[in-house]
Amino acid sequence: MKYNVKKTKGLKPNYDIVSKMVKENSSVLDLGCGEGELLKELVDNKNVKGLGIEINQDYVVKALEKGLQIIQDNIDEGLKDFENGQWDYVILNQTLQSTVKPDFVVEEMLRIGKKVILSFPNFAYWKVRFDLFFNGKMPKSDFLPFEWYNTPNIHLLTINDFFEFCKKRQIKIEKAIYCTRGKIKNSIFKATANLLSEEAIFLITR
Amino acid sequence: MNKWIVETKNFKIDESVVLECGTELSDINVAYETYGELNDKKDNVILLFHALTGDAHAAGYNSDEDKKPGWWNDMIGSGKAFDTDKYFIICSNILGGCKGTTGPSSINPKTGKPYGLDFPVITIEDTVKVQKKLIDSFGIKKLIVAGGSMGGMQALQWSIDYPDMVKATILTATTSRLSAQGIAFNAVGRNAILQDSNFNNGDYYDKTHPEKGLAIARMIGHITYLCEESMHNKFGRRFQDKDKPDFDFGVDFQVESYLQHQGKIFVDRFDANSYLYITKAFDYFDLAAQYGSLEKAFEKTNSKFLIMSFSSDWLFPTSQSLEIKNALIRAKKQVSFCEIQSPAGHDAFLLEFEVQTKIIKSFLRNLE
Repeated sequence: MKYNVKKTKGLKPNYDIVSKMVKENSSVLDLGCGEGELLKELVDNKNVKGLGIEINQDYVVKALEKGLQIIQDNIDEGLKDFENGQWDYVILNQTLQSTVKPDFVVEEMLRIGKKVILSFPNFAYWKVRFDLFFNGKMPKSDFLPFEWYNTPNIHLLTINDFFEFCKKRQIKIEKAIYCTRGKIKNSIFKATANLLSEEAIFLITR
Repeated sequence: MNKWIVETKNFKIDESVVLECGTELSDINVAYETYGELNDKKDNVILLFHALTGDAHAAGYNSDEDKKPGWWNDMIGSGKAFDTDKYFIICSNILGGCKGTTGPSSINPKTGKPYGLDFPVITIEDTVKVQKKLIDSFGIKKLIVAGGSMGGMQALQWSIDYPDMVKATILTATTSRLSAQGIAFNAVGRNAILQDSNFNNGDYYDKTHPEKGLAIARMIGHITYLCEESMHNKFGRRFQDKDKPDFDFGVDFQVESYLQHQGKIFVDRFDANSYLYITKAFDYFDLAAQYGSLEKAFEKTNSKFLIMSFSSDWLFPTSQSLEIKNALIRAKKQVSFCEIQSPAGHDAFLLEFEVQTKIIKSFLRNLE
């Protein structure tokens, strides 16, 4: 276990939004589950059969203390032993941008999960662009609070990048939710989502 | 404060037990201790297993004069990881041992003399079979099993051999099979004993024991229980009670003195033949070989598993815990896993009790 994937700090939890996408009594694998808040919510309120994977020992201990089933492992390598379609949902919440091999991780998630829920901070959000354009420095915000030299976010992406990625790989986007400040803004954004949303949540299948 | 006094009890198995090697062993005694109270439903049981040279005395003191408590005292007791307010905890000495349970130093009923090397070669499966008799004597039908190092091997074997009884399995710093490196260290230890001029083909009980060989075996063992970092922290290159070397072959360095001391105190409490038998059982243990694959080994288990490894443990490395974890995933069993950061090497499972306590408590609470 060579590196640490940390959750993006200062994030407004999108747990309600993600939780609404998950059917009751289903099985859920939560990758990069952190302290297990989302998974705990799903286990308690949706009666899911849940497993979390997290690399950071402190988070693993805290998630275990919530009574969750947790495996400490690296999600870039730790999915190979799951069977095809073994999980109803595989969730990767705000962690895609910190994986070493995001393309491989998404493929693996689609292999082991019937449905994949994936969220990430949108690097094309206007405030991020503004920061880079006018300050000429790597953008920092609630979503991207780190310095360029210590950020765990090594594979930043935009909503348009993700659309292109899915198209190339024949991945179906079943649902796309655009948020700013933790609130869904789909009705306003549509065509301008890539500019106006801070975060995107996708439900994808193959 | 008053010492928590516990008594080591004895259980005689009234029938003979057929061992994996084919030999029938009779008159088996099992030394064991219990902590906490067995409830009416007899479903609050945790069976603990000791490591290579441990014994049934896992917690408390056997007498007021005892200076040291049992080997896992930090983990067993009121409010501790294995909470005696809730659970009835049992720990027995392993078959082949020398701390009360029948082993090579016990009297062979056929000859009236200690078995010595006439004692049959035992396996982890045999030791589990004997523990099962003890558990049956209490009328216990469901239990949780837990152990570190070789104790973890026994816990694994329990979950596989008695799938309808074991509801949860807690494994710390263990493996489903020892590496070639691990076997190699055991082999050197056994050779030290076998080459001792007092060994006398295992028949030494009325003579001088092969103490030099056993002490060397223990010294080798201790090297494998530590790691480079823990040795550096503990001893560095410091000299023992001196500022400069003596330019002879006595003890110069602190690390030498430590190993010599560990060897010396070990021969007073352990039998050389038991060391041979138990390390052999240790080496033979290989679930993948026994069942075709590790995944197949776990096929029938009904247990939830909790696995913990320690970052600096190179004798039972994290990779071996991950092997167990991965096989359990493939077998679609419930498993949690945590690698605990520690500079203490393999010994960490006896020392790092704070994190283990947090994890084990949560795991047990969730079973309720």
